[in-house]
Amino acid sequence: MLVAIAFLALGVVAALAGAAVFTVSSMARATYALALSFVAVGLQVVMLSQNFVGVMILLMMMMEMAVMAVFMVMFMGMNPALMPMSMVHGKRASLGTAGSVCAAMVLGIVLTPWPARRGAPPPELTAAIGRELLESKMLAMATISPVMVATIVGGVALALRRTRYDRYGDDLERPADDPQPGGVGR
Amino acid sequence: MSWRGPDVPPQSQGQPLDAVLAALTALGALLLLTTGAAVLSGALDARAAGSRGTGLTRPFDEAARLLRQRRRRLVSADRLLWRVGTIGLLLVPVLMVAVVPVGSRAALPLDVGVLWFNAMDVLVWACVWLAGWGANSTYSLIGGYRFLAQALAYALPLMFSLIAPATGARSLDLPTIVAAQQGVWFLAWMPVAFATYCVAVLGFSVWGPLSPALGADLVGGVVAEVSGVDRLLMLAARYGLLAAGSLFAVPVFLGGSSGPLLPGEAWMLLKAAAVLAVLVWARRKIPVVRPDLFMEVGWLVLLPAALVQVLVVAVISVWRS
Repeated sequence: MLVAIAFLALGVVAALAGAAVFTVSSMARATYALALSFVAVGLQVVMLSQNFVGVMILLMMMMEMAVMAVFMVMFMGMNPALMPMSMVHGKRASLGTAGSVCAAMVLGIVLTPWPARRGAPPPELTAAIGRELLESKMLAMATISPVMVATIVGGVALALRRTRYDRYGDDLERPADDPQPGGVGR
Repeated sequence: MSWRGPDVPPQSQGQPLDAVLAALTALGALLLLTTGAAVLSGALDARAAGSRGTGLTRPFDEAARLLRQRRRRLVSADRLLWRVGTIGLLLVPVLMVAVVPVGSRAALPLDVGVLWFNAMDVLVWACVWLAGWGANSTYSLIGGYRFLAQALAYALPLMFSLIAPATGARSLDLPTIVAAQQGVWFLAWMPVAFATYCVAVLGFSVWGPLSPALGADLVGGVVAEVSGVDRLLMLAARYGLLAAGSLFAVPVFLGGSSGPLLPGEAWMLLKAAAVLAVLVWARRKIPVVRPDLFMEVGWLVLLPAALVQVLVVAVISVWRS
């Protein structure tokens, strides 16, 4: 009973923090309201005995939000602590879309005849997730990883203003000329 | 439709009294180590400054002074976020040691304790940046950004240096990792992982060489505008983070509570205190590293070193099985 109440309370926190993202007037507050929402969801997943997935959600989402806050503030180009701003635009269309999608999903949840549980969770859940991801799905994982790394490296390479010719000269032969030399003496 | 509520996780079915006792043990250990670190740091400062006193009472004098100090108020400060950052930081070491089995069990016996520790490290990112942001002061803000840059450099080395013992024990569960060190401590065959781990502990404690976020060149950086009890909490949290990092190193690298004669809790404390003393002492010996320099050190030296360590551990464990 107590567990169920805590679970529902976390759900309420997640929903309210999610709503706060659109009602607060600063980028920093919006970002960390979203982080709080994710933390509540992560704790809920931990309560569902999926400890690995739950703590992973906490880890990834807090890290993501900490970095995202920097980018949000950077691209807004002003100090939202000094100049409050609205977090929403196209209010009617987005409210309508969100409301109808939410209603459809709630209807789906209520109307679906949920099947009874068959079988029981394996004793070592973390190991089971690992086996599931890295045994039969190994090929997919091994393909996705290099694609993701290539995307990141490609994105950074495209975004950088200075190319390797700026750094090493036209023949790529002189020592690197960086405005900010790095810590290992390059 | 019937909803029976979430499954009660198996780890929460123990005696509630045991959990409270374990929480008190962990909190006591953290408090002892934190105070010890502050006292040692004060003594080292006093000796370096050549002052007449021993400096042993410095942390207590400073705490008394800050408790009586009035809070500074700033124009347009985001007070909510500021308070969350300055006060919340003290919560992180408490949450870190919650999964450490100081006595017979941990207060929060999660089977993914190593991952939990990593997640709590990221909470430091949020707190330090929020403390820097909320003040609405240039120096604080620069301090917050400095910390995030530094965090991006130490985060992955920290993760991979903790994956090495997890690989050696084939588990993310701290008691299982301790049990796997019955013969040889993980420190003996993962020294590189231990070294990168210690660097990361300095990093998330914003301590010594990795304290540019609180740099004197920024008149205190993140804590430039933090005063009174908030400042006390934030500075105490740094010692708390050092202590939590040292305490966590014991089950992961130093064989847990095993040791002759003395009870397990005493060995746990002694081993953690040894690590902590070296970390505190390092502040006076290593100069502060600029975040942009440390970024390259983190990615080109620490991360490959930790990865090679994981590879070595993985090969040894496959070969031994």
